[in-house]
Amino acid sequence: MANVKRSPWLLHYDGSSCNGCDIEVLACMTPIYDAERLGVENTGDPMQADIFLITGGINEQNAPVVKQLYDQMPRPKVVVAVGTCACTGGVFKEAYNICGGADTVVPVDIYVPGCAARPQSIIDGIIKARDLFQQRSEEHDAKVKAEKRGGAAPVEAGKPENTGKEG
Amino acid sequence: MGKQSVVPFGPQHPVLPEPIHLDLVIEDEKVVKAVPNIGFIHRGLEGLVEKKDFNTMVYVVERTCGICSFGHGMGYCECVEHVFDIDIPRRAKYIRTILMEMSRMQSHFLWLGLLADAFGFEALFYQAWRIRERLLDLLETITGGRVIFSINKIGGVMKDITPDMQKAILSELDTIEKELKEIEGTFLGDYTVQNRLKGQGVLTKEQCHDLGCVGPFARASGVKSDMRTLGYAAYPELDFEPITSTVGDSWARCYVRLHEIYQSIDLVRQAIGKIPEETDLEVPVKGNPTGEYLMRIEQPRGEAIYYVKGSGKRNLDRFRLRTPTFANLAGLCEMLKDCEYSDVGLLAITIDPCISCTER
Repeated sequence: MANVKRSPWLLHYDGSSCNGCDIEVLACMTPIYDAERLGVENTGDPMQADIFLITGGINEQNAPVVKQLYDQMPRPKVVVAVGTCACTGGVFKEAYNICGGADTVVPVDIYVPGCAARPQSIIDGIIKARDLFQQRSEEHDAKVKAEKRGGAAPVEAGKPENTGKEG
Repeated sequence: MGKQSVVPFGPQHPVLPEPIHLDLVIEDEKVVKAVPNIGFIHRGLEGLVEKKDFNTMVYVVERTCGICSFGHGMGYCECVEHVFDIDIPRRAKYIRTILMEMSRMQSHFLWLGLLADAFGFEALFYQAWRIRERLLDLLETITGGRVIFSINKIGGVMKDITPDMQKAILSELDTIEKELKEIEGTFLGDYTVQNRLKGQGVLTKEQCHDLGCVGPFARASGVKSDMRTLGYAAYPELDFEPITSTVGDSWARCYVRLHEIYQSIDLVRQAIGKIPEETDLEVPVKGNPTGEYLMRIEQPRGEAIYYVKGSGKRNLDRFRLRTPTFANLAGLCEMLKDCEYSDVGLLAITIDPCISCTER
């Protein structure tokens, strides 16, 4: 699909962050920083989202929630870990209730450091995620086409088959 | 009487920036009961005192919450200073007060924006956040951070507010006041906004008092509780009166918070007028804390309680933090009874929930 990178939708979930990065993610969407000029839109619905922004580390209780949100998103998808806590666990790494960064439950593609991550770096992360999303969509389309043509290319194990309409 | 059913609300929900889960028992469109379920952001921050020494702990405590970060750092530092029984320089007290009030302003602007977003007025949301960015720029000039400032330390503050910065603050505050006046009419007087807010989620003074609600949420119902009147930092030397309303509905909460921004602007002006000319910003702290202390401060969301206990070791024995949203959750559940299902998101926002604080 041509130029899907012009309009990916974002899903934001607060893991166990201190709220600082969440507020900065929201601030990115407001007029001063205005990440929406890149074509992204913040949605609350995982079923319609393409880029998943996670802030904060993972604990026992929110691990299934993050996993579920990730699974609900259509393929292809990109995961961005925003803030030091989402990257590694950050200052709370030693706390008894923190399992680690976002990559303990979902595969993270882009790490945005900072405590709290600045809007500029979050926007930078979104731009990178957008390009990666375009690349993955193209790969995905090529695979679907190949499947349609010959039926030869086997579907990868563990992946659902009806992904043709997504992207 | 219709059939009752349970609808889950959260943890991931478009209206909530942070995860909280409510089990709503609804009957037709009316909410009968709301059962909160928290713990999605629990980090075990209080337990970290065993691993971090009391100086490093300042940075951890500041990361309790990204919105009221400065207040948490200040509460913890003042508490430990009381344990050490030291008196910090007056200028440091004024700097803390100025930054605290500026944090309160940005928090209230943030809330106004979220409220506008909750009732679907996106342009107003952007306006509130646009003004908030002015405050963040000021805070960044002073402290170097937009969200987490980390300029508190035990014994004082690390950075000064120079006369040039004071001038910049005053001129920027004039702009902020002017711009707030422009959006005030829409928040308090607009026909559609009034329809969404007036008479929604009414809590009486008695209910608020019995449920132990705190902060602007309680003040909107007529409970005159403001911890700033207890006199920490430089508040005893400043002149102010808690803003209250007797209506107790969502509109009153909006009214109280909006007018608290004006009050904070006034307090910053007073503080800058009275700031003493000293060069010392901190006093040296020697040894390890021995003893315990409990203090209450007024966060943007209400009364927060800090408790520290040390026994002469580098690590404190115990640190405890009771945050305002935790106290207000009881009020929220009471308020949600008999409301329309579609109002739940809006009413949840009116307590100014800060779940990161609540769960620590």
